[in-house]
Amino acid sequence: MAKGRPIRWHIAVFLAPAVLVYSAIMILPLFSTLNLSLFTRTEGGTAFVGLDNFRTLFGDPRWSAAFWNALGNNLWFFAVHMLVQNPIGILLAALLSSPRLRFSAFYRTAIFIPTILSFVVVGFIWKLILSPLWGIAPDLLDMVGLKSLFAPWLGKEEYALTTLALISVWQFVGIPMMLIYAALLSIPDDIIEAAEMDGITGWSQFRRIKLPLILPAIGIISILTFVGNFNAFDLIYVSQGALAGPNFATDILGTFLYRTFFGFQLQLGDPHMGATIATAMFAIILVGVCIYLFLIQTRLRRYQF
Amino acid sequence: MKKTLGTALLAGTMLGGTAWGQDVTLTIESWRNDDITIWQDTLIPAFETANPGIKVVFSPSAPADYNAVLNSKLDAGSAGDLITCRPFDASLELYNKGQLADLTSLASMANFSDVAKSAWQTDDGAATFCVPMASVIHGFLYNADAFEELGLTPPATEEEFFAVLDKIKEDGTYVPMAMGTQDQWEAATMGYQNIGPNYWKGEEGRKALIEGTQKLTDEPWVAPFVQLAKWKDYLGDGFEAQTYPDSQNLFTLGRAAIYPTGSWEIGVFNPQVSFTMGAFPPPVPNAGDTCYISDHTDIALGMNAKTAHPEETKTFLEWVGSAEFATLYANALPGFFSLNSTAVEMEDPLAKEFVSWREKCEPTIRSTYQILSRGTPNLENETWNASANVIRGSETPEDAAKRLQEGLASWYEPQQAQ
Repeated sequence: MAKGRPIRWHIAVFLAPAVLVYSAIMILPLFSTLNLSLFTRTEGGTAFVGLDNFRTLFGDPRWSAAFWNALGNNLWFFAVHMLVQNPIGILLAALLSSPRLRFSAFYRTAIFIPTILSFVVVGFIWKLILSPLWGIAPDLLDMVGLKSLFAPWLGKEEYALTTLALISVWQFVGIPMMLIYAALLSIPDDIIEAAEMDGITGWSQFRRIKLPLILPAIGIISILTFVGNFNAFDLIYVSQGALAGPNFATDILGTFLYRTFFGFQLQLGDPHMGATIATAMFAIILVGVCIYLFLIQTRLRRYQF
Repeated sequence: MKKTLGTALLAGTMLGGTAWGQDVTLTIESWRNDDITIWQDTLIPAFETANPGIKVVFSPSAPADYNAVLNSKLDAGSAGDLITCRPFDASLELYNKGQLADLTSLASMANFSDVAKSAWQTDDGAATFCVPMASVIHGFLYNADAFEELGLTPPATEEEFFAVLDKIKEDGTYVPMAMGTQDQWEAATMGYQNIGPNYWKGEEGRKALIEGTQKLTDEPWVAPFVQLAKWKDYLGDGFEAQTYPDSQNLFTLGRAAIYPTGSWEIGVFNPQVSFTMGAFPPPVPNAGDTCYISDHTDIALGMNAKTAHPEETKTFLEWVGSAEFATLYANALPGFFSLNSTAVEMEDPLAKEFVSWREKCEPTIRSTYQILSRGTPNLENETWNASANVIRGSETPEDAAKRLQEGLASWYEPQQAQ
């Protein structure tokens, strides 16, 4: 056996560039973050403390309250995206793929454009639109006689996070729309024709024929939304600042990490606690992705045409 | 290919090196992005004319990000030669880490009183690491035209203050007071720290808090929160989502009558307003009480310990400590009061008004800045959140004070004894 098979060096050689680049810019920083979370700063240096930072994060009432608050907010942020962004994205894609719709290219572009805007631009535009002083939202509501419905949403503890989640939905609804649209276009016409021959049209055609065929795409979108939301930071930071006001109602893991790692105002940064939070975030995302990969992805049926 | 590129780069650097060999360029790190024109048009040219061969570049970052950005730059070794110093612990930490140089031996340090230097010294006062530039005084600005129109006079006591607010509210032409809670820091800095010293008796209360003989749950420390809770009714519609720039605009556009603030706004507001502005110090609880003002040592300039040009940087700092700089700075930026012992003649009437309070009131600095914001949770940052909550009405003054005290006592030993 040893004689017949020479070592196949070319495999290692061809893999090397990707492995090296990926290790240098992804794996190494990841492990150095994990490593950082096991140390703490002492007088004139750092000391290994094992899992003490995690004990502080989950055991200290102040740290754990902040952490669970951020995680809870993050889950709500994710739920709004799953319940609003993705269904609307699927609906828009279904409408766009209808052959009878005119100007579909225009709608497609118009809905997708916010996705390419910077978070900073989106944050500031919406802050201005919703401003109780100069915004157009109170005026528009006034025109239809609904001024009483207006509230300074971004400043109210009970509305701020949902408002920001909906702003983010507005910005990113184009992504699920495009992915589903592509999936819908890839359904061969003969399947649709066969369905029509069998008398399945309209809504039941979408539900019974098209939806099962685009389920893998919906799965991918869900996991992208999950990872994107749990890594979110920019929109909250731009519109509410690093303290994620009012009263931490919009604090998500990203802003919590930023505040801890880099410090804020008189609070000096603590890279070790910051890395601890980053590690916790990594674990949460890892678990989420694993659940998806092993429980959902494997059960999705694929159809070969 | 790679080698050629390397050689070309090397040659480029060398050429660049010789071409710029004559002039040394110093970079100033700062959070004062509002001041960029003043540095570029007034201060830097004055220095460069007197010191040929040294070029200075003012490179500010956004105020809220400054500390984080500066720390990262210092750790990475890419920070400028001159570092604008925040008062107290933020800068002390940089000095202890060896990132700010010891400037005790600078000749111009003699131009500053011990109080002026205290914000940039080690706890024992042995080493000074930044040249003090300016302090800011808290107070209230008001629209004098609106006051005249409504027949109001600036209030001196708490009771008069609310009477004035009631009258403005009743009239309805103006928003009584311009303040929002979206950005949180105004609630703490322009609210709590502005009116607070009158209740905790300035330095007396501040020092007692540091020594642990007073607690944040004591009456003098809860009283300012009780006042803030009453402000809610006099703020504009939707103040919960009103940002700091929103408040500034509300006042400068003449839509609000009173603006709780600090002297640093004078320079920003002067060119913008079309009405006469006046100022009054924070109202005292009862007529005849001694008044206390927050005269906060706010800004100084230090030297990056790893600068490539220590001599030139020191030359610049000597100039910053001179009377010439003090006069230029105080007049270019009315509202930033020089800490230099030489008396500075100021022209701006509003700045003169603010500085005149130093004569009749007892000055103090912001209560949370020295020592008390060293730990986690950070008292200053907690105070932002608590003040905003109290104004919004989502937390009672007593609860807010209790939470702050618990947070402080969780790490600050003198507060744990009782």
